[in-house]
Amino acid sequence: MWRFAIPLLVVIALVAAFGRALFLDPGKVPSPLIGEPVPEFSLPGLYEPEKNFSSDDLKGHISLVNVFGTWCPGCHEEHDLLMAWSQSQDVPIYGFNLRDERDAAINWLNRDGNPYAKIGFDPGGETSIDWGIYGAPETFLIDAEGRIRLKHIGPMTEAVLREKIIPAIEMLQAEMLREEQS
Amino acid sequence: MRRVLVFLACLFFSAALFAAEMRFENPQQQARYENLINELRCLVCQNQTIADSNADLALDLRNKVAEQIAAGKTDAEIIEYLTARYGDFVLYRPPLQANTILLWSGPLLLLIAGGLLLFFTLRRRARLDDEPENPL
Amino acid sequence: MTPELGHFALILALGVALLQSVFGLAGAHRNDANWMRTARTLGAGQFAFALIAFVMLAVAFLQNDFSLMYVAQNSNTALPWPYRIAAVWGAHEGSLLLWILVLAGWTLAVVLRADRLPEDFAARVIGVLGLISVGFLLFTLFTSNPFARLAVPPLDGRDLNPILQDPALAIHPPLLYFGYVGLSVPFAFALAALLGHRPDSGKDVAWARAARPWTAVAWLFLTVGIALGSWWAYYELGWGGWWFWDPVENASFMPWLIGTALIHSLAVTEKRGAFMSWTILLAIAAFSLSLLGTFLVRSGVLVSVHAFASDPTRGVFILAFLAIVVGGALTVYAIRAPHLPPGGGFKPWSRETLLLTNNVLLTVAAGAVLLGTLYPLFLDTLGLGKISVGPPYFNAVFAPLMMLLLAAIAFGPLVNWKRDNWQENVRSLRVPLIASVVIAVVVAAFTFGNAGVLAIVGIWLALWAILAAFTEPLSRWKRARNGARSVPLSSWGMSLAHLGLGITALGIVVVSAFGFERDVAMTPGEPVEYAGYTWELESLRDIEGSNFNGEEARISVSQDGELVTVLFPQKRMYTTQRAAMTEAGIDAGVSRDLYASLGEPLGGNAWSVRLQVKPLVRFIWLGALLMALGVGIAAFDRRYRKPLKDAAREPLKAKTATAGENA
Repeated sequence: MWRFAIPLLVVIALVAAFGRALFLDPGKVPSPLIGEPVPEFSLPGLYEPEKNFSSDDLKGHISLVNVFGTWCPGCHEEHDLLMAWSQSQDVPIYGFNLRDERDAAINWLNRDGNPYAKIGFDPGGETSIDWGIYGAPETFLIDAEGRIRLKHIGPMTEAVLREKIIPAIEMLQAEMLREEQS
Repeated sequence: MRRVLVFLACLFFSAALFAAEMRFENPQQQARYENLINELRCLVCQNQTIADSNADLALDLRNKVAEQIAAGKTDAEIIEYLTARYGDFVLYRPPLQANTILLWSGPLLLLIAGGLLLFFTLRRRARLDDEPENPL
Repeated sequence: MTPELGHFALILALGVALLQSVFGLAGAHRNDANWMRTARTLGAGQFAFALIAFVMLAVAFLQNDFSLMYVAQNSNTALPWPYRIAAVWGAHEGSLLLWILVLAGWTLAVVLRADRLPEDFAARVIGVLGLISVGFLLFTLFTSNPFARLAVPPLDGRDLNPILQDPALAIHPPLLYFGYVGLSVPFAFALAALLGHRPDSGKDVAWARAARPWTAVAWLFLTVGIALGSWWAYYELGWGGWWFWDPVENASFMPWLIGTALIHSLAVTEKRGAFMSWTILLAIAAFSLSLLGTFLVRSGVLVSVHAFASDPTRGVFILAFLAIVVGGALTVYAIRAPHLPPGGGFKPWSRETLLLTNNVLLTVAAGAVLLGTLYPLFLDTLGLGKISVGPPYFNAVFAPLMMLLLAAIAFGPLVNWKRDNWQENVRSLRVPLIASVVIAVVVAAFTFGNAGVLAIVGIWLALWAILAAFTEPLSRWKRARNGARSVPLSSWGMSLAHLGLGITALGIVVVSAFGFERDVAMTPGEPVEYAGYTWELESLRDIEGSNFNGEEARISVSQDGELVTVLFPQKRMYTTQRAAMTEAGIDAGVSRDLYASLGEPLGGNAWSVRLQVKPLVRFIWLGALLMALGVGIAAFDRRYRKPLKDAAREPLKAKTATAGENA
């Protein structure tokens, strides 16, 4: 007699799953590199090609790495926020200029401001593939040992900074402090 | 906004540049190349394989696959390379692992369940048939 | 003014639908003839208002009324007027209005045929349909109003998505909707049967006969709609594929699979009174899968190129609606189904067995497709990882099930009800069996094993199904006294439908195993050898249409020095949406298609071109059309045109009055 209720129970479970799924983003690809050391790389600088930006630059302090391109509308959206960050915060932002034209990128940064401590020029996407980057803008949080700790996909917003990035940085700083003391 | 623009860009197919192009003299390598690029998902245009997508990332990934085949890597190694960076999402053929056991065994389990149902029903119905019928 | 009329009509439709449900369901419950009659009138009234709303929206498009947000987003003054009409259903809000209209249309059809059904049964059906209409009308009016105005109308619209500016794709949604929505009728029939069930009345089975033609017609439209979508993808998208197991393709395929199972299950229930609870469950499942499809497309839970703009609020609403309709139906099922009569017995080798096997295979197939489609979602909600499930999975899982089905299909129509002799059946099939094996072996020999075992087995089974398809009506004809007239239409129709399936299967196997596809760089004047043909890009010219411009290539295809055909693939740029579309150049033939589509310009007049040779690809859609035609013919069989009230008085054949266990 109870087997007639099985379809109903299955549907209830499905509806519950769908309800949860409505608030997830099916297209966001999480990074398997979280917790891994930064992939080794060495890119020519955007402004001065001889001055490299490499994985060594990311060791020894907490930093953010932001992927951008002039072709990317979300990057233009978040630019002011990044500028404000670079002017007020200790944590530096580094940049990967992805699949872009050198002159166009330089012009844009000259016009709208350059928030980046260093910029790596990656027109062919080689390094970005190593990082599991699939679009722009994307932002990574790197800890002092050079490990990727967090990845944010999409334009940076006040809310994300407040709720994800800043708490994460504070946690990393606390970690560093505890290690120094021990 | 980014989603809308990406969506529009991906909506308009064009046979991609150098997609299933003759990259290799060796037919085995060419066949491997074509098989691989037809089973890898484009992360930008997420409803296409990297063979069919005309996103820049797809082109770069196709180049990467060709490079690695030429360098003598096996299919498993190439897949490992990509999943280490992009996760299992990039594979249209889900790997057989702990979180996909139910996926791969599901259809077979369903078939067995259906078969059992069939068997027991047939048995019961055959017995029903043996009983004398009530004339109506 | 007209949009306000449309909006008002929609509100009236909602009110009428609400009353329709109340009068229908309560009227049947109270056995109140007046109320039940009123429900029918209200059903017709709902259609009238839905039609007015739809027409008003169409008029707004034709008149380029960009003060309506929906028109501004989906139309343009340069859009040719037939596509302005197609634009009515081109996006979310308008397609919902189409749903509502089609549902009201099916309701009207039931109303018009209601005199052939028992009165309370018809009233319940109309009541249930009314409830579904109410849900869609509420959803549309509250979250997706196509008549919403813009404060500042733009001078021109954003244009219809260029992908939809194509005759096949313009008609694809209406055809699909006739099918999807049409499955609500057997759903309503099933619920009416459950709700109106009186123990030991002996009348239960009658609903199955009544449901058959409705299910058949809905299924027919769904078949054509899916086939059209597949054919469109083939010639329009430029990659030569015709099915990608995209979530939204699967969303239409699952109701089709269950609908097919339903058609067969209704046959068993009608003839032998057996499996009624299974048939009812299938009827509920078929429409539930239609609703699931609606949810998947519009909620944003799955990534799909078909998906309309996603919105979690809308998603919540549709999910709630889905939960109420499906949950409600299954609750009624859980309560009432245990009391349904079980029907007669039969021996292991009988038509009942084969049909049951058929249904098990189809249901498992639908289950496998559902599993593959939803699995990434489940893992994500449980935080267990993010994976993709694509064609490699679906093909691996679906192909063996279809092979099993093809193996059984030759026997189904031949085997008698209750019991039969399997050796005799095999003997009747010996010609198709031997012929199909021989041909398959010959093919294997000619291709020197390049094709693979699976392909050869597939060819064998498809050929067997094809050659055996007409065995039953032909043998009936031979045995009969007054020749062809004694073979009922349903027999011819069934054979034609099975033939269609075999042909589709053959096309799929052959094109997958023996097709050629390659991207080549082509320069004018330099021929390319590929797949046994010589392809030459002869020239390029600029082209212009009302809302696009682009280039067209002239590619000649020759074989052994003789010209076979000239292809004209195009690359178009639609000016308003600034998007590129490719139009493939196809030489269609029954035995093969020659296919060329433009990729990207390579500089200096050279282009990358995708060349394909697709043997028997047309069989895929030809078979689908035959399936639809066959089922359509069967639906016109004389016995479905008799009013059901007479049928209910006929004694059921071989009914066993064993109480107790159910199917």
